[in-house]
Amino acid sequence: MHDLSPSGLSLPSPSRRTLLRGVGGAAVLGAGIPLLSACGGSGTASDPKTVTLGSKASDPVPKKAFADIYAAYKKKSGITVDVNTKDSNTFQEQINSYLQGTPDDVYTWFAGYRMQFFAAKGLATPIDDVWKTIGGNFPEAMHKLSKGEDGKYYFVPLYTYPWALFYRKSVFQEKGYEVPTTWDDFVALCKQMKKDGLVPIAFGDKDAWPALGTFDQINFRQNGYDFHVELMAGKASWTDAKVRKVFDLWTEILPYHQEGATGRTWQDAAQTLASKKAGMYLLGTFVAQQFTDKAALEDLDFFAFPEIDPAYGQDTVEAPTDGFMMSKSPKNKTEAVKLLQYLGTSDAEDIYLKSDPSVVHASTKADTSSYTALQKKAYDMIVGAKSLTQFMDRDSRPDFTSTVMQPALQKFVRDPKGVDSVLSSIERQKKTIFASS
Amino acid sequence: MTTNTTKEIPEAATVPPPGAAPANKVPHGHSRLLTRRDRITLGLMAGLPTVLHIALVWVTALASIALAFTTWDGIGFDSIKWVGLENFKELFTNNPQFWPAVEHNVIWFVVLIVIPTPLGLFLAVQLDKKIRFSRVYQTAFFLPVVLSMAVIGFVWQLIYNPDTGLINSIIGANEPGKYIDWIGDPDLNLWAILIAASWRHTGYMMILYLAGLKGVDPSLREASALDGAGEWQTFKNVIFPTLRPTNTVVLVVTIIEALRAFDLVFVFNKGAEGTELLSILVTNNIIGESSRIGYGSAIAVVLLLISLIVIIPYLVATFRKERRA
Repeated sequence: MHDLSPSGLSLPSPSRRTLLRGVGGAAVLGAGIPLLSACGGSGTASDPKTVTLGSKASDPVPKKAFADIYAAYKKKSGITVDVNTKDSNTFQEQINSYLQGTPDDVYTWFAGYRMQFFAAKGLATPIDDVWKTIGGNFPEAMHKLSKGEDGKYYFVPLYTYPWALFYRKSVFQEKGYEVPTTWDDFVALCKQMKKDGLVPIAFGDKDAWPALGTFDQINFRQNGYDFHVELMAGKASWTDAKVRKVFDLWTEILPYHQEGATGRTWQDAAQTLASKKAGMYLLGTFVAQQFTDKAALEDLDFFAFPEIDPAYGQDTVEAPTDGFMMSKSPKNKTEAVKLLQYLGTSDAEDIYLKSDPSVVHASTKADTSSYTALQKKAYDMIVGAKSLTQFMDRDSRPDFTSTVMQPALQKFVRDPKGVDSVLSSIERQKKTIFASS
Repeated sequence: MTTNTTKEIPEAATVPPPGAAPANKVPHGHSRLLTRRDRITLGLMAGLPTVLHIALVWVTALASIALAFTTWDGIGFDSIKWVGLENFKELFTNNPQFWPAVEHNVIWFVVLIVIPTPLGLFLAVQLDKKIRFSRVYQTAFFLPVVLSMAVIGFVWQLIYNPDTGLINSIIGANEPGKYIDWIGDPDLNLWAILIAASWRHTGYMMILYLAGLKGVDPSLREASALDGAGEWQTFKNVIFPTLRPTNTVVLVVTIIEALRAFDLVFVFNKGAEGTELLSILVTNNIIGESSRIGYGSAIAVVLLLISLIVIIPYLVATFRKERRA
């Protein structure tokens, strides 16, 4: 019996372990292959009646809203939209490899620098032919948002939503507060609220992006839209006196922000507004998602961030816009173009908004009769804007905003006295990041 | 493990007596014992893991070392640009998060060695005394180790939540003016997380030491009791020295835990100020759109170097011991 053991027939544990490792490795590889191919969408796109579409809309509400659009399109044109939905964060994290592999014909994405970046890298197809038919549906600001740096169109907007200061109508009524339109009124209101035992401005920056929104608002009110663009593009300096002024203004209102912001999520901060413990909250309209009580939701209202420099007034609105792009070499280009032409109509937007009422149409030709009061106000605000910004992490390089700006602003929020060293550190890091490509 | 060896030894001892067998075996030769199928099987068994190992460990490690000297946004291989030591220069002089991250990794290690390790040893010694419900206690203390780090991070983040968390609600620190920001305050958050990490690590250490204690020969205890040694003296002079191999394992495990600390913090507060860690910096720079792969790789290389500095002395010592044996 013992002679047999060296021959491998009854080899003890070590070989079993190697075998298991081999099997495990094979299983990992095996599991990896379908994952990789899932990134590449379905391979059967040569079918002339099918357009493939990569989607980041993984939350139930938007997912259904998008599905409704594609169903309506199929009814109208007979073309099947083969949707490949991935978790929203994963989609964004893998976008590089996704677009370089064999992406779907059309994919969901954001307007602004984040779109222009991939357009400049040749990972998107220009769609000027699409805009020939849909151009009339959109206001000038949306045209601007949909163009790459080369002046060609790359993006079809679907919906948008503004950032603003949210408040409870009943609280303002009860305490006799007025909506502030200038900086001085705003600061005075904050003081009054503090005296009245409210947290003047709810704030949660645990996820590190909400502070970017506060900076944006103060910056384009104080320095205007053009400076915002220059700063985001890495051209203007962060040690410029203009930027310093923004932080001075911010320091002025920071004591009126909710304490302990860097440990609080935006959802928790929204709850303080919902429970009437806070007076105001600067966020996008998606804050309404946290108002599950219907009466409270109806009590919710907002106003534009107050004017700081009269030269710029309130002419800029931060309105992140989501929509679609076409990948670099779509398998079914003719149908992809037609699909995008449909997605650029107010019909498609109507269908989307029916399921997701927290956003508004990107098109000016839309039917706004079914809007809630909040939506109507948001829509008017966007239509009336002279310039639209997208939000710092969409208007600038994502590597710059996520690895430099987010931690820097968290640091500032916690310790506003250290602003000078924060700013010079931002500027130093910005130079290397923007020089690298 | 121990049961296996004790069983095998008597068997091995009984093999020689049958006697004639070795004489028969010699002429066959070693190679004749392996049929062609055997050799193919062996080749596959050894070859496949080797190929996988080289491809998934060595090639990737060397590639990331090479990438540390370049800038690359991850789009197309032609956009890789050689920059020499730029990434490291930037890292050492300009990155406000790098040195704190190194410091936190070190603190992580020191705290794990100083607090949960002795605590785990203490628990193990107590549980080794055959007290009642020993199994229940063992399970209770070991349970956190079974949970994934992400779950632990999530649970503790609920406990520390400044507005609705357990701690602030109990001590009434969730009102304006008396705020304690366990998650965001850089003077507090690392320690808050380390409590969570220690909570888990204690159970891990307890099980390792418990296994070590089970292997201590009971006659040693008897002998030292007969010599009139007290409990503490017995432990200090007899038991603890025999735990030497366990201590080595504990040290290595703790170093590894400190260097790979990631998931807990990432779930807790994404490595915000006060809790930066090297592993989180690597992730933040590499994962995502238009990523800084060269720069992230440079951080990873620093992490690799630190691991090597720690691991090499250990390996040298182990090999030296083996050669001597």
